[in-house]
Amino acid sequence: MKKLVAILALVGIVTYVSLSSIYTVSEVEQVIITQFGKPVGAPVTSAGLKVKVPFIQDVNPIDKRVLEWDGSPSDMPTKDKLYISVDLFARWRITDPLQYFLRLRDERSAQSRLDDILGSETRNAVAKHELIEIIRTTKDRVPLRDALLTDAERDMGSLVPIQKGRKLVEEEIFAAAAEKVRVFGIELLDIRFKRINYNESVRPKIYDRMISERRQIAERFLSEGNGEAARIRGNRVRDLNKIQSEAYRQVEEIRGVADAKATEIYARAYNQSPEAVAFYEFTRTMQAYKSMIAENTTLVLSTDTDLFKFLKGMRPDGDIVPAQGLGDN
Amino acid sequence: MPSQNGKGASGSPWRSGSTPPDLEGIIRQGQDQLKKLLPGGGSRGFILLAVLVLAGLGAWTAYYTVPSDSVAIVQRFGKYLKEVPPGLHFKLPLGVDAATIVPVKRQLKQEFGFTTPGASDPYQSPRDGKRETEMVTGDLNAALVEWVVQYRISDPVKFLFEVREPSETLRYVSESVMREVVGDRTVDEVITIGRQEIETEALAKMQALSTKYAMGLSIDQVQLKNINPPQPVQESFNEVNQAQQEKEKLINEARRDYNKVIPLADGEKDQRIREADGYRLKRINEAEGDVARFSALLAEYSKAPEVTRRRIYIETLQDVMPGIRSKIIVDEQTRSILPLLNLGAQNGEPR
Repeated sequence: MKKLVAILALVGIVTYVSLSSIYTVSEVEQVIITQFGKPVGAPVTSAGLKVKVPFIQDVNPIDKRVLEWDGSPSDMPTKDKLYISVDLFARWRITDPLQYFLRLRDERSAQSRLDDILGSETRNAVAKHELIEIIRTTKDRVPLRDALLTDAERDMGSLVPIQKGRKLVEEEIFAAAAEKVRVFGIELLDIRFKRINYNESVRPKIYDRMISERRQIAERFLSEGNGEAARIRGNRVRDLNKIQSEAYRQVEEIRGVADAKATEIYARAYNQSPEAVAFYEFTRTMQAYKSMIAENTTLVLSTDTDLFKFLKGMRPDGDIVPAQGLGDN
Repeated sequence: MPSQNGKGASGSPWRSGSTPPDLEGIIRQGQDQLKKLLPGGGSRGFILLAVLVLAGLGAWTAYYTVPSDSVAIVQRFGKYLKEVPPGLHFKLPLGVDAATIVPVKRQLKQEFGFTTPGASDPYQSPRDGKRETEMVTGDLNAALVEWVVQYRISDPVKFLFEVREPSETLRYVSESVMREVVGDRTVDEVITIGRQEIETEALAKMQALSTKYAMGLSIDQVQLKNINPPQPVQESFNEVNQAQQEKEKLINEARRDYNKVIPLADGEKDQRIREADGYRLKRINEAEGDVARFSALLAEYSKAPEVTRRRIYIETLQDVMPGIRSKIIVDEQTRSILPLLNLGAQNGEPR
């Protein structure tokens, strides 16, 4: 029985010692071996099962992946004295684990160092630039315009011009910060602005400006509408007058031609001989009598007229001529 | 059958439906069986018990299943060993091999500024909804933008081993890119006309960054959802819309008036011209008619002018006279007496 206990104890000890002398390294980490707190040997960077001196050596895993840094949003003024809230993120990795381990020990202190360095570099860069430089990226981008709205939006809806743009500002911050974090065994991979927004205190003013801008556009639309409507009304009057006067002109022209033609026809017929002229005059006068003399006309006739000359006698004049004419008929 | 055990990637993706084994239950079962076998206890029994427990544990941790939408990444002592397709698989037990299941075929999405309830992916929904949407446009206006990013895990090895928080990093990238794209546009582009372009450009930029960052993610789509001006400004944006409608209305009304009058006037013009044409034809025809009649008459007249003239004269007066109510016939020679003979009164009475 005692023998069995001894064997069991031995097995236990051997297991414990062997477990304490082997360790695993994951793909995502690198390991620094410390002996009584002091690093020994080169950092272990390959993954797999590894061996160390039991008990006296400790395993300190350090992340090998690309790590994220997410800054907390902080308010800062731009060059044009606008208070904005800026939120950055960065990506970094531990390139010199030994240095990192000696200077920072753990990730929390690394993150807080990054907070300090990136925070102050961001402030510096933002203070050196106007807001629009951080907002816009492409220098000479021409904005799309709604084809329907071009008139109203000619003076607004345009992009504020920039000198550098967001990317260059980001690069400035990156260049300044990358230098400073290198001493910690950290490589800064890149930084990007995550959020940029107006500070709460600035917002009402910005909103007021937006409202006034919109109102102006609205007014412009209305006045454009009224203007265009007036133009159309003007067109209406012009076109109406044009059409009616053209009609008048053409009508008069046609009638003139017609009258001229008729006159010519009449003239040609009535003027063919002196006899025709006399006959026309006579028949036309006769015709005129028919329409001129109405019921209420008072006619004073002499017995000398051809019609009533016979009232006085058969031969009022004694030498009446028509006998010949009657004979002809 | 854990989805992940031993020393896997610490920044692992979410578990995908696999439940941890009920170890307690197994051990309790084993103990019960043991008690039946060895009522009195004993050292032999303990060894047997230890071996049984170890064997049981080994068996339980030696297999795993990979769901059909996933692959498993197997690490041996932390070192990447292989990628395993869906199905039932075996591995070395007791923490030697670790399998991490990565849902590579699943379409994943991240929502910005709004939340679809019931999401199982903790990276899908925004943590800071309102602040995420607030953006400054290239004309220094403010806009609230909501969008969705559709993506998949395209490279599980990179996804697990290259970047610590790939999904979180994707959220950062997405926010950053969306602000960059919106920052280059006017508020009108952002709210109305430029949506398509924003989606395309944001997608291209996110894809480029995701490749550069080696996150093992492939971004399929960026879709814009609601885009609004900030609440206090919204009303004035509506005013613009109304003014635009009003403008259209005013123009249309003026056009209506125009259209009411001008085609009619055109028609009337044609009418008058046609009428004038009619007048012309009438005038000429009548003239020709008159002339024809006159010429015919003239031809006969010239054969006997005097008598014809007299006939016409008398006939005309005969026509005319009866209609006249008052006719006075005066004799030239008795003019001084002025005999009044009212023919009209006598003649007119019977009518």
